[in-house]
Amino acid sequence: MSRLSEIIRRDLRLALRQGSDSVMVVTFFVLTVVLFPFGLGPETNLLERTSAGVLWVTALLASMLSLDRLFLADYEDGSLELLALTPTALELLVIGKVVAHWLTTGLPLMVAAPVLAVLLHMHADGFGTLLLTMLLGTPTLSLIGAMGAALVLGARRGGVLLSLLVLPLYVPVLILGVGAIDAAVQGLPADGLLLMLGGFLLGALPLAPWAAAAALRQALE
Amino acid sequence: MHRFANPARFLRLASVIQPWTAAVTLLLIGAGLYFGLLVSPADYQQGETVRIMYVHVPAAWVAMAAYSCMAGASAVGLIWKHPLADLIAKSASPIGASFTFLCLVTGSLWGKPMWGTWWAWDARLTSMLILFFLYLGHMALLNAFDDPGRGMKAAAILALAGFVNVPVIKFSVDWWNTLHQPASVTRLGMPKIDPSMLLPLLLMGVGFTMFFVTVLLLRVRLEVLAAKIRAIRLTQIHGMPGADPSGEALG
Repeated sequence: MSRLSEIIRRDLRLALRQGSDSVMVVTFFVLTVVLFPFGLGPETNLLERTSAGVLWVTALLASMLSLDRLFLADYEDGSLELLALTPTALELLVIGKVVAHWLTTGLPLMVAAPVLAVLLHMHADGFGTLLLTMLLGTPTLSLIGAMGAALVLGARRGGVLLSLLVLPLYVPVLILGVGAIDAAVQGLPADGLLLMLGGFLLGALPLAPWAAAAALRQALE
Repeated sequence: MHRFANPARFLRLASVIQPWTAAVTLLLIGAGLYFGLLVSPADYQQGETVRIMYVHVPAAWVAMAAYSCMAGASAVGLIWKHPLADLIAKSASPIGASFTFLCLVTGSLWGKPMWGTWWAWDARLTSMLILFFLYLGHMALLNAFDDPGRGMKAAAILALAGFVNVPVIKFSVDWWNTLHQPASVTRLGMPKIDPSMLLPLLLMGVGFTMFFVTVLLLRVRLEVLAAKIRAIRLTQIHGMPGADPSGEALG
């Protein structure tokens, strides 16, 4: 457990000292969401109806933005090999990295989302569900993304390839997240969808680090 | 299974099997087309366009079966380091992607006269589209590395991750579709299908599967031969007197 927190603290310290990605990620999130009213037109009804989808699609892209550097910096300067040589299991290393990634991207996105929801005229009933779906959904994005990031280590054009690998696997999170918010706005119970979103997270929690660690082992061979 | 891990034995076996599977493919698809296009009746609602089904539905079957084949071969390749399994997974994905594309195109052609639009966000079409992207990702990852062995291993992990995820995607797309789109799309109930239509459908289904097997065997044979040629070239270069030992000639 102390090793896990050591890895998380190391990544957070690096993120803070090197000028963190989170500012860029949130800026990308805000800017892209702000572009939508220009594209769709300023009508309140239209924006209100599309707000959940716009927020979730943009959050998905924003959280993907910083993924390719999740293992790449450590891979290139060799510290990933040293980390792999330590008695810490690679799976644990992946979980630590994912937690750090979520704290630097998922959490800021969660904080920014309600503000943007106001700009998009989201109905007040949707706000709580929006936060809950983000809380349950963004860790899943980081987990699946970590697997993709580990797979493309050392590949040509890794960044572009990563989006092709990861985006199809993100589809269930997007559908369930937007569905839950829409249900809450229409006054329907969203519990079932939130539970499924949580279930997806619980499924990804053991499986994705396992796959990512296997991919890291291939990359370090 | 490990008996066939020997590429030489596989090559011998495949060259014996392949003409037979090719012949069976021709026979079944020929018979399927004859019964489907000439013998079976036109649908009382859909008219002649129902005949697209004899290509569309078998293509969808094979597209999904090919993904299972790819995932199974990937698992075997990862667990037992079976050299042929890696090649089977590598060879299966372009064929599966082609069948998925065929299914999407015929679905679109069928949709135009039936639903009045080339594309509907129907749950099945959407899942097939995502399956197509999964195939594309697999192929892209396979070819993204300078070392082909690393590409095959990474792609094998991706294939397995996709295989775990496919039911979740399918479920969520089905759910999404029923929410956003009321049941405006009526479909042919499979169990209620008339025997005169079922026969060509099954013939085409088995015929497409045999076609998949034939092309898969061909592709795996070509992969084995390509690896052999690469090995021969390497030994030639290294074996030649006065060859550059730094290996610059390999580039």
